[in-house]
Amino acid sequence: MNSKLGGAGLPIRPASRCGLAAIPTIDPLEMSSTATPSAASAQVPDSAGQFGEFGRRFVPETLMRALEELTVAYAQAKADQTFQQNLASLLQHYVGRPSPLYFAERLTQHCGGARIFLKREDLNHTGAHKINNALGQALLTLRMGKKRVIAETGAGQHGVATATACARFGLDCVVYMGEEDIRRQKMNVFNMRTLGAEVLPVTSGSRTLRDAINEAMRDWMASVQTTHYIIGSVVGPHPFPMMVRDFQSVIGRETRQQCLDQLGRLPDEVIACVGGGSNSAGMFHPFVEDRDVRMTGIEPGGRSHRPGDHASTLSYGVKGVLHGSYSYVLQDADGQTQDVHSISAGLDYPGVGPEHSYWKDTGRVQYLPVSDDEALAAFGTLAKLEGILPALESSHAIAHVLNTAGLRSKDDIIAVCLSGRGDKDVTEVARLKGQTI
Amino acid sequence: MAFMPFLTAGDPDLPTMCRLIRERAARGVDLIEIGFPYSDPIADGPVIQASYTRALGHKLHVDDIFAAIQSLTSSIGNRQSAIGNPPLPPLVAMVSYALIFRRGAAEFAAKARDAGFAGLIVPDLPADEATDLVAIARQHGLDLIQLIAPTTTADRTRRILDSATGFLYCISVAGTTGERVQLPDALKSQLRSLRQQTTLPLAVGFGVSRPEQVAELRGLADGVIVGSAIVRQVAAISERNQPVDAVVKSVGDFAASMLAETRL
Repeated sequence: MNSKLGGAGLPIRPASRCGLAAIPTIDPLEMSSTATPSAASAQVPDSAGQFGEFGRRFVPETLMRALEELTVAYAQAKADQTFQQNLASLLQHYVGRPSPLYFAERLTQHCGGARIFLKREDLNHTGAHKINNALGQALLTLRMGKKRVIAETGAGQHGVATATACARFGLDCVVYMGEEDIRRQKMNVFNMRTLGAEVLPVTSGSRTLRDAINEAMRDWMASVQTTHYIIGSVVGPHPFPMMVRDFQSVIGRETRQQCLDQLGRLPDEVIACVGGGSNSAGMFHPFVEDRDVRMTGIEPGGRSHRPGDHASTLSYGVKGVLHGSYSYVLQDADGQTQDVHSISAGLDYPGVGPEHSYWKDTGRVQYLPVSDDEALAAFGTLAKLEGILPALESSHAIAHVLNTAGLRSKDDIIAVCLSGRGDKDVTEVARLKGQTI
Repeated sequence: MAFMPFLTAGDPDLPTMCRLIRERAARGVDLIEIGFPYSDPIADGPVIQASYTRALGHKLHVDDIFAAIQSLTSSIGNRQSAIGNPPLPPLVAMVSYALIFRRGAAEFAAKARDAGFAGLIVPDLPADEATDLVAIARQHGLDLIQLIAPTTTADRTRRILDSATGFLYCISVAGTTGERVQLPDALKSQLRSLRQQTTLPLAVGFGVSRPEQVAELRGLADGVIVGSAIVRQVAAISERNQPVDAVVKSVGDFAASMLAETRL
């Protein structure tokens, strides 16, 4: 299908010239504002990788052949019973799936409203949802006959998951990580190296996740014949946003079935945090056509809505191109990527997966920012009420639950994706509280 | 053969860029590629990326580049010699699609044309996504130069040739921009094959930095593009405090040595 992108006189234009879209009026208490969840379809993307108008491939010609081959290889794997059985078996015996859907009784009492259920991705092997995708793509790497894997990582969770999957299958593994993130996440760097991965510091640009992605793509351009790039989120050129969503959709499929089995019905609302958007895409996708299930994505609101103070791409961004895909992005008026901030290194990214942009524009998912302070408070609250230390990423989703569950009826059911455990964050949380450990 | 050197707009600043363009014009280069700094240039190697980071660090904006080029082309006259000034060769903008899309393709093309650019190279816009920009470039009298990589399949080559104008930018090696010691053998067979399929001039870039490589390409390519090797020379102004005059001269001397080889 021909694109409307950039066409003369066509309606896709920046929302404003100041680098910010108009700041949306956000009322997290307004529970009935999701007009008519819309025409959003679960049957996306099309063969060009389009989710509505979003997605596609904006990459150098050098990568196009690899992306075309990957698209074919993934379609064949997806249809292959043996591949699917191997993956299911690994998810069960190696990752420990299905992860529980846990009734958070004291959190529910504390909020005094809807019943709150936590999808416990924190209990997975390696402590987060990232392993679901890393194993799927590692199996695909083997299937394509490639021996070397590269990956990017921000906080280190995807790097650890990829290093784990590569160790499990004897694949060579190189992880690109910003110099700044290496300094902040020493434990994960140590773990990756112990698992046999080579961690390469990225010293260009902002020295964080987005530069690590640039560097991984550069490596891939030169190594594409022998190497697979296991991208860690639902971002990048087609087929990555679709493929990563598919591998993460085990989260939402299980949650949906567990609701039916444990509660006899679907939840009223599903909530997940959104950085690049992989745990949320996996949680949301199986519910897209359940029109009565409201879905809410929680973005990192950081310190304020000013550029550089947050990473709330869908709440404050504009439509643009970044890392090979057309989606909402945080850019200045020229199209240069803006600096971002979040208390959570895993949400600290100036773009978002194209399917989330599609869900935003169709109204199927509502996206709201939660501040650093709210997330930090939620981290402590969940620890004290439920004995669970959530990752700071997941703490954003918990914070929204704390803000809104009490406003809902006691008959309502909320399912929240607890995407990872918080062990990796304790040093940072202690530092923010002025303590040393 | 044509010699087509690159430079980064605004590194170390726009007045120096204009001097470098004039110096090259005086030496008789055939075309100049002007890189628009972008924050996330995935097709570029470390040397060019560092130059982009430096230029953006000085708060360089797209409109500043257009204004500087416009003042240069209007004072000298594109391709026409004013008394005492050598004529400017065609100028081509190398620019990420992120910047073009943000401005709107039609507006970007209009500004590029008004500034005096002859064409656009958009390294992150594959032919599959270029349909609209091809039409817009044509409306504005700009060439849209397309790239062919070592990994490009026969089927993709045909599609790229369908919409390419100006010349064909042949990427010598899979990977990013940057200097390489040797050009791969596969490049030569690819160039021979392309020659059979198109009448467009074939220019080779990525990895070209030395006069000896020009000799290797003689009879196979119509032009060579050199980027990183020159950007590295210019970087000496910011990174090693070399005087601008000396760097302008050495960039000119390098152009002369490449030109001598291409004219053999």
